Amino acid sequence: MAKAATNVRIAVIGGGISGLMATLKICEAGGEVDLFSYCPPKRSHSLCAQGGMNACMDTKGEGDTTYTHFDDTVYGGDFLADQVAVKGMCEAAPGIVEMFDRMGVPFTRTAEGVLDLRNFGGQKKKRTVFAGSTTGQQLLYALDEQVRKWETKGKVHPYIFWEFIKIIKNKNGVCRGMVAQNMNSMEIKAFREDCVILATGGPGQIFGLCTASTICNGSAVGAVYQQGARIGNPEFIQIHPTAIPGTDKNRLMSEACRGEGGRIWVYKDGKPWYFLEEKYPDYGNLVPRDIASREIYDVCVNQGLGVDGENKVYLDLSHIPADYLEKKLGGILEMYSEFMGQDPRKVPMLIYPSVHYSMGGIWVDREHNTNIPGLMASGECDYQYHGANRLGANSLLSAAYSGTVVGPVSMAWAGKCAKLKELEEWKAKKDHGESLMPAQEKALEGIDALRQELGADLTDGELEAARKECADEFEHIIAMNGKENAHELHQELGRLMNKYVTIERVNKDLDFCFDEVKKILARWNDIGLTDHGHWANQEALFVRQLRNMILYALVITKAARMRDESRGAHFKREFPNRDDEHFMKITIADFDPKTEEPIISYEDFDHSLIKPRARTYGSK
Amino acid sequence: MAEQKMVTFIIERQDGPDAKPYTEEFDVPYRPALNVVAALMEIQKNPVTRDGKRVAPVVWECNCLEKVCGACMMVINGQAKQACCALVEDLEQPIHLAPARTFPVIRDLLIDRTVMFESLKKIQGWINVDGSWKVHEAPRQNPNTAATAYEISHCMTCGCCMEACPNVGPQSDFIGPAPVVQAYLFNINPLGEYDKPKRLEALMQKGGITSCGNSQNCVRACPKNIKLTTYLAQLNRDVNIQAIKNIFNN
Ligand SMILES: Cc1cc2nc3c(=O)[nH]c(=O)nc-3n(C[C@H](O)[C@H](O)[C@H](O)COP(=O)(O)OP(=O)(O)OC[C@H]3O[C@@H](n4cnc5c(N)ncnc54)[C@H](O)[C@@H]3O)c2cc1C
Ligand code: SF4
Ligand code: SF4
Ligand code: FES
Repeated sequence: MAKAATNVRIAVIGGGISGLMATLKICEAGGEVDLFSYCPPKRSHSLCAQGGMNACMDTKGEGDTTYTHFDDTVYGGDFLADQVAVKGMCEAAPGIVEMFDRMGVPFTRTAEGVLDLRNFGGQKKKRTVFAGSTTGQQLLYALDEQVRKWETKGKVHPYIFWEFIKIIKNKNGVCRGMVAQNMNSMEIKAFREDCVILATGGPGQIFGLCTASTICNGSAVGAVYQQGARIGNPEFIQIHPTAIPGTDKNRLMSEACRGEGGRIWVYKDGKPWYFLEEKYPDYGNLVPRDIASREIYDVCVNQGLGVDGENKVYLDLSHIPADYLEKKLGGILEMYSEFMGQDPRKVPMLIYPSVHYSMGGIWVDREHNTNIPGLMASGECDYQYHGANRLGANSLLSAAYSGTVVGPVSMAWAGKCAKLKELEEWKAKKDHGESLMPAQEKALEGIDALRQELGADLTDGELEAARKECADEFEHIIAMNGKENAHELHQELGRLMNKYVTIERVNKDLDFCFDEVKKILARWNDIGLTDHGHWANQEALFVRQLRNMILYALVITKAARMRDESRGAHFKREFPNRDDEHFMKITIADFDPKTEEPIISYEDFDHSLIKPRARTYGSK
Repeated sequence: MAEQKMVTFIIERQDGPDAKPYTEEFDVPYRPALNVVAALMEIQKNPVTRDGKRVAPVVWECNCLEKVCGACMMVINGQAKQACCALVEDLEQPIHLAPARTFPVIRDLLIDRTVMFESLKKIQGWINVDGSWKVHEAPRQNPNTAATAYEISHCMTCGCCMEACPNVGPQSDFIGPAPVVQAYLFNINPLGEYDKPKRLEALMQKGGITSCGNSQNCVRACPKNIKLTTYLAQLNRDVNIQAIKNIFNN
């Protein structure tokens, strides 16, 4: 094995599945991690994932192959995902499941003790491993335990209840540090790092009501976007067809419900109408999410057939034996009873689509480098793997897989940083007239190239300047005394985004929405705080997050406005077809500091492996 | 128009770890399926007390809003509970909220549960895998044992059981029911079993399982319905067996 790099320090922002996976890989390769998170990693949003994780385990005698997994993912994503990247992920999937199994994840098992598999949307073979209905919780816990072990060895330095504010670049524009703030003491500190990995999860809260946790605010992505990181495919927001509508949160009813035989229907002419089964006989209730959501929307909004005239349809499990349901779906059925006061084993559940997941995110290459050297991104906050629509149970996989990719990549980068330090020492010796060994002399020839690529470590002055800038900005926020309440403003933002930038998108509405969001951005300046204190001031933190969220909302809206076609989760009645000629391209958003608006452009990507075909799911 | 029904909350507040607690009362408009976290969010939008005073919004912790992350534990009408699934219609009003004082209070309802995560280190709460790389296929598992593991692995480190346990607190060094029972989770795993003696040794130490007075409060408090006392009893037996083994080995 190569000599382990010493004194490597890498910042991982995020203690979800992706951040923890990256952390493990770094520790195993001899590095040390500064791990930042809003909450103990064990409370990260990944634990909300219920249904399962895809991997071709083929334990059901169905002849499943990784190629089918690959093809389903590309087709499901409506041919907008980098196919080489997707292929890598699908091939790695069974190994990742095996790793989790060794780590003690209590996967649901068959009578003979091997991993059970279930059906999931957009795939005809059973490919989804699961731990009851709390798969994400169990996977997250396993990684959390492994990371805790590394913490006891002194290799992980947890900064829990610290908020990432922004990265720090050196003169060469290379990310070599970051600024964060303690959410209790309010201390703001700048950190010198070899590189920074963002694994901050999805931006659901930009839409106010969604299925995600309250900490999934997209603020970190909004922050680095303003520092020059590009965002890829931001307009692709997944609307999950089956959530329990709520006023504080839309609680997800996992796709596993349909995977285990749940049926969706409404009354039509006095009789149950199973509209998905009728229109898509091949996939039935297991069509991908964008299609199911659109059909439900159509039935409720355009045809006015929602239950009791409201925007709700039935998700029915009542025909399935209760003990089977208990074993496979126990936890979430209990949740429905708990929050709705009705037993889904006996009566059909009432559900409606909700904002759920972002396919888009920070642009990364296949190694999860962003366009800013020294800044990497993995997990839901990046844009890789899912194209225009994500298949259910593929994102726990992409979160874990991207962590396994970015960990070693960040270590290689840090290795270069260490090499440069060593060369600088030799160079200094030489300049002092000491003689070097021939091998050292030879190595020194590479110093200029490395200097060019990495630039210098951040100086104390640079660290302090970055810290002070954030501290000044925070003091400004704490003192804000205007008329607006930040949480009210957030609610308004969410309502707009939910109304105009979800299932059906109309160009003139998107123009309107964009202008309204800009007004909200202006009103942000008129926020007034009721808490002006310097201890655990959650209000002030939220105000800072909100600004990043508003800017990210502009990116999503603008990108949706510009894409005049329908593809995956992005649907425009004005342009009902996929337009490969003009739009089989990745959307790229760059921040324009002058207007604070995004500049949208398009880039080609690798789709050489599977030829695009119409995505119909056998619709009749 | 029918008059808007209001729900009154009496909240025990505290400005910092060493500050004196005080209470404030808030009215929140009632709506069906309103839960305690949703009510706190309403207060955030308009932090005005019943007597018309504009105050700093109440501070608390929450993430998932669906009873899986464990963050939102607080004392509601005298009982430790998850606030996000505490429905207002199931609670006697006015509703009293207080921080779980088994743990240090940071501010208002926000508490510091670091000790629970530290205890997981003491009991070596992990499977000692060599690495995340490919090594071998994972062993098969008895599906019944796996089902027990699944039950215990629901523990979300919320601390309800810690707050309910009479033996956890500043008066004792008992690490509490949650971390103790986690040891059982790893002991029954086919690979985790290898380190069972080490975990049992840890439980024999001061603050370990012998500090449990078997008062059964914990099991009633657990929002995840983990059969804590069943596993505590099992661990007690395991610890005793280990102790005897140790005598003979010496
Ligand atoms: C209800 C629900 C159910 C789902 N079910 C499934 C499923 O069955 N199968 C599937 O494959 N996928 C599912 N998903 C999607 C999947 O859970 C997520 O995409 C995935 O877990 C994301 O993991 P992550 O590591 O990228 O981010 P997260 O788990 O969201 O972690 C983000 C981390 O970043 C930290 N963080 C964020 N911002 C900051 C900041 N500024 N400073 C410091 N720390 C910060 C947070 O504290 C957190 O630790 C589901 C999603 C939802 C909402
Ligand atoms: S049985 Fe009683 S003493 Fe023992 S952990 Fe539970 S509550 Fe505490
Ligand atoms: S055992 Fe139950 S009550 Fe105790 S921390 Fe775990 S989930 Fe909470
Ligand atoms: S917010 Fe997660 S358990 Fe209540």
